[in-house]
Amino acid sequence: MSNHAVFVLSSYLVAAVILGGLLISSLATRRRVRRDLAARGLDRKR
Amino acid sequence: MAGLHSLANPARFRRLSQRVLPSLAFATVLMLAVGLYLALIQSPPDYQQGDTVRIMFVHVPSAWIAMAGYGLLAALGASLLVWRHPLAALMARAAAPVGAAFAAVCLVTGSLWGRPMWGAYWVWDARLTSMLLLFFLYLGHIALSRAYDEPERGDRAAAILALIGVINLPIIKFSVDWWNTLHQPASVARLGGPSIHPSILIPLLWMAATLFLLFVLLVLLRTENEIDRRRLDAAEAQA
Repeated sequence: MSNHAVFVLSSYLVAAVILGGLLISSLATRRRVRRDLAARGLDRKR
Repeated sequence: MAGLHSLANPARFRRLSQRVLPSLAFATVLMLAVGLYLALIQSPPDYQQGDTVRIMFVHVPSAWIAMAGYGLLAALGASLLVWRHPLAALMARAAAPVGAAFAAVCLVTGSLWGRPMWGAYWVWDARLTSMLLLFFLYLGHIALSRAYDEPERGDRAAAILALIGVINLPIIKFSVDWWNTLHQPASVARLGGPSIHPSILIPLLWMAATLFLLFVLLVLLRTENEIDRRRLDAAEAQA
């Protein structure tokens, strides 16, 4: 890639951090909420 | 329409979502791998933009999805205010941060493209400014929906904001036609067909489809979380 590689790679890195971060935080929330539901005996059978 | 109304039942939606999510996740990962290959390796540099055209494969789809996501928020807002669908509020709460994330990706990647091409990270151009406004509308929606002790009041206030803010969508789309902007005019969704060479158009559309799948995946996942969280809150209120 040319001398603009830093801009190209930074763009993909930023997208990965923002969207990947949102995905990881959503999965962590899912795990926490389901654990809390299970602790109250409210978890559903899949 | 009856089918859509029946989906508004959170329990039914959750069952459907749980069936769809694994295949959706698999398809997203697969398409992302191919999309990154097409965008970063297979596609040629543009004759004018050089390699910076590769930023467009993330920037343009993010803009489309951020705008479509706001359209979804407005539709959910109308659904909440008119039909009081219980799922509409939960899905709007789930979708707003996802739309905001795509708007942020669009703004940052656009800025990173602007520096080598325009010589500036930011200009107060009509397209850029209206996109920044969309990002702020998303933040306003997130803040409003969480601003009240009673979630229903927050959901209604956020729904009204979503409906008012939808006026910004045609402004974003047509800003490049209505005003003399530095941002280039539409080159894909325009009368007369796309003006982009297939070697650039195909990776662009592929990445758009991939990021759209990611958007749907995130919204479904977060909507499930909202449904579960509401059940948890109800259980805590009863205890």
